[in-house]
Amino acid sequence: MRARIRKLATFVEETRSEMGRPVDPPTRRAAAVAVIENPYAGKYVEDLSELMAIGEELGELLTQRAVAALGIDGPAAESYGKAAAVGENGELEHAAAILHPKLGAPVRKVLGKGAALIPSSKKRGSMGVALDIPLGHKNAAFVRSHFDGMEVRINDAPRANEIMVAIAVTDSGRPLARVGGLTKDQIKGEDGLR
Amino acid sequence: MPDVQVRKKVTVVEEIFHEGGPVASAPLRRAAALAVIHNPFAGKYVAEIAGFMDDLKPLGLEMAKSLVASLGGDPAIVEGYGKGAIVGSAGEIEHGALWHVPGGYAMREILGDAKAIVASTKKVGAPGTRLDLPITHINASYVRSHFDAMEVGIADAPRADEILLALVMSTGPRVHARVGGLKASEIKGEDGLR
Repeated sequence: MRARIRKLATFVEETRSEMGRPVDPPTRRAAAVAVIENPYAGKYVEDLSELMAIGEELGELLTQRAVAALGIDGPAAESYGKAAAVGENGELEHAAAILHPKLGAPVRKVLGKGAALIPSSKKRGSMGVALDIPLGHKNAAFVRSHFDGMEVRINDAPRANEIMVAIAVTDSGRPLARVGGLTKDQIKGEDGLR
Repeated sequence: MPDVQVRKKVTVVEEIFHEGGPVASAPLRRAAALAVIHNPFAGKYVAEIAGFMDDLKPLGLEMAKSLVASLGGDPAIVEGYGKGAIVGSAGEIEHGALWHVPGGYAMREILGDAKAIVASTKKVGAPGTRLDLPITHINASYVRSHFDAMEVGIADAPRADEILLALVMSTGPRVHARVGGLKASEIKGEDGLR
């Protein structure tokens, strides 16, 4: 691994009811998070290729962990999302270097497909900052039942010289989704949108 | 007593490789299992509540088993434990105390002959409240290297009429433990303290 990982965390959520009404089968989602050293902390560096390479390896590692935490095969995953929080000695561009150039390909490899854009969010923050990972259907971004988000946080991360990188995967949409729109059985899966 | 109604379950696993010092040969792992249940006593003073402890026993066992599974499935790997509860705003702290017996004894049962008291904490709080679950050695409370804690919380729980129940297990000492005191290798294991 190129990344110097201090900590890995996984979060699994299972919702069994909402407003007293059963959610059956329960909706389930998982996030895998890595806390890594920021090789560019404290200085301006023009070339961010080291973080791009780290993004590639974390894309594979974190997706595998999230899928394993759900106990499903990669292709069974329905929606996904990614996010990063940069400690105070880093820049937002460091999160972009991890998330955007190379992280997506290994995510899609683990999940079988993934025609849709992987929704993302990023921020700079202190330890314990809440990271809201956006979620969208992996093959058709317009599937309304799968627009969602998952909050994760780690009380001791990111430290000033660290970056927290997260990938979330689900096996389902929102609990009791009922606001219409494109449904997953209507996906054409050609353009990643519908 | 009323049924136990689970709205949501969350599992958090942390794997800690280092904290600025030497990378551990085997990373420390900590796992927490959280369950959000309806508080059947919310909104009123109910004198007789103790019977609900029996109702919570199956949930306690389910959560303890899931923690062992999250840590690889072998109970022998578990060296530390703790528990806690957050009671929603329409409940009282005494409702959190209902978790002491079913939560603690479930872990002892799953871990074989654990002798030490299960460290605990609880409070009344709003959704998103964080709880620092204390962790101590499962066989001897005074083992200093194993004094630890894990912060947990869920963005949307506990609602006013809910209780968030938590169990935590760990696989070893703090990652860079070096402040002396009773060592795990010195445990007599007679009284649960030393």
